[in-house]
Amino acid sequence: MAEVILAVDNISKHFGAIAASRNVSLDLRQGEIHALIGPNGAGKSTLVKQIAGELRPDAGSVRFCGRPVDSIDAVGRARLGMARTFQVSCLAMELSVLRNAMLAVAGAAGNVFRLFPAANNDAAITGPAMECLRQVGLADRAKTRVADLSHGERRRLEIAMALAMSPKAFLLDEPMAGMGPEGARTLTPLLDSLRAKAPILLIEHDMDAVFSLADRISVLVNGEIIATGSVDEVRSNRDVQKSYLGDGE
Amino acid sequence: MNREQTISAAIIGLLFGAGIAGLVLDQPFILTLAAKAAIFAIAGVGLNLALGYGGLVSFGHAAFFGIGGYAAGILAWHARNFEPLATWPFDIAGTTSMPVTWLVAVVAAMLVALPMGALSLRTGGVYFIMITLAFAQMLYYFALTWPAYGGEDGLSFYLRNDFPGIATSDPWTFFMVCLAVLLAVMALSALLIRSRFGLALEMSRQNPQRLASSGIRPFTVRLSAFVVSAMITALAGALYADLNRFVSPAMLAWSMSGEIMVFVILGGTARLAGPVAGACLFILLEQVLGGLFEFWQVFLGVVLILVVLFARGGLMGLAAGRRSAHG
Repeated sequence: MAEVILAVDNISKHFGAIAASRNVSLDLRQGEIHALIGPNGAGKSTLVKQIAGELRPDAGSVRFCGRPVDSIDAVGRARLGMARTFQVSCLAMELSVLRNAMLAVAGAAGNVFRLFPAANNDAAITGPAMECLRQVGLADRAKTRVADLSHGERRRLEIAMALAMSPKAFLLDEPMAGMGPEGARTLTPLLDSLRAKAPILLIEHDMDAVFSLADRISVLVNGEIIATGSVDEVRSNRDVQKSYLGDGE
Repeated sequence: MNREQTISAAIIGLLFGAGIAGLVLDQPFILTLAAKAAIFAIAGVGLNLALGYGGLVSFGHAAFFGIGGYAAGILAWHARNFEPLATWPFDIAGTTSMPVTWLVAVVAAMLVALPMGALSLRTGGVYFIMITLAFAQMLYYFALTWPAYGGEDGLSFYLRNDFPGIATSDPWTFFMVCLAVLLAVMALSALLIRSRFGLALEMSRQNPQRLASSGIRPFTVRLSAFVVSAMITALAGALYADLNRFVSPAMLAWSMSGEIMVFVILGGTARLAGPVAGACLFILLEQVLGGLFEFWQVFLGVVLILVVLFARGGLMGLAAGRRSAHG
């Protein structure tokens, strides 16, 4: 079996009386796309925040590349190689597309206090940044302000910035959010190619994309994982049909 | 050169031209004003790093301006009065050497800015404004009530400090020193802004969450910018004390913090030459309108309101247009 890169072990998180995560366990293995699906409010984004270190779970632990990272915050986990994208695009609107990507490269390089050479003239930064933009199809938009990008282009830039960190795992929080069926179709082959670089924990509502991309699927309902398995296993699971996929088809 | 660089060079040229005019017309008064504009510009260039590029609205930069001023003043006072600064663990004498006072000013500002920034940066928005103001007011009241260096009367030291090989008492020479320091801190500022650090600072202002998820701690970036900003402003304070040969708690007062902010906002935040334009216009308004009306600051207020409402990029924004996204 492929090496486990990310392991979530029995995580629980409560907000007052509401349980956002109940004893959630899942793992992410080298080379795979592990999709996390579930209805709105199931606690998917809350789970991603706990994995990324932005929220501290009440109980349970997260292991990344074989070591526990519970005492490491989001910045530290990013440095260890967790690259996440956000459900709502999280970008510097006034900066160019390239400058956004360059920031991600600089973050991964870890020497942000280097004063020479100027970032724009530093091939060690601009080269990889341009390469990532090329991979997501934004190379010709490099000098455009992010504020002038379309929604779909911003979603692509989110992915480019994750890519620019040369991560050990991707946490993609609804990368296709708001893109429509057409946009989702164009993004699917891109995500497919990403798994060769690092495994992907993919949160997504677009079921066509999930079923065509995922190696494994976990279903989260009311903060609890009710099923994990291959696409076929999950599709045929009666609980999943009842609570999420709908059995009226 | 792009348009903004051309305009920046023109503004520096105007300031230099004002100095030349003072020299040719033999008007030391004009030279003093030009030196004052250059010094205020240095303070503004310092604050601009925090306020403009980092989005850290510090209402406490008078603290650093005053620290710089008192560093120069206290060292000079001890040297002129032949009183050692300290006798334990060994004799430390005062000094009238400008480079030494600059060094002391910058280091002292750093030592104050580190804890002040570390505490203030735990907050944001209006709380950051208030806590930086509170820190500066603490220093202001301390200077006001501490009798050793003049208390509320301030500290005079009659002779300007020296710079090796230069006659600093000559108004033209001192103006040139101020201008050289201004150019140096602008170069430093440009270096910082164009580096990876500048990119991270820009991101810390626009989207700290993204900065963090890229593996860069926003707090570290902001604190560094705040400290460097403080050090530059302290340098301006040391020069200001030398210009007036006098330092008083007024340099530490909140109104001084406000004035430094006005230089930055009037000239254009996050523009390299913005504070220079702002400081020059401020001095100009003060002289022209101040000569006509006692209540000239009313007009300054009107100008400021117009700039904030209609020229969000300040004077530089008006003159050079929108900043390029690729800056």
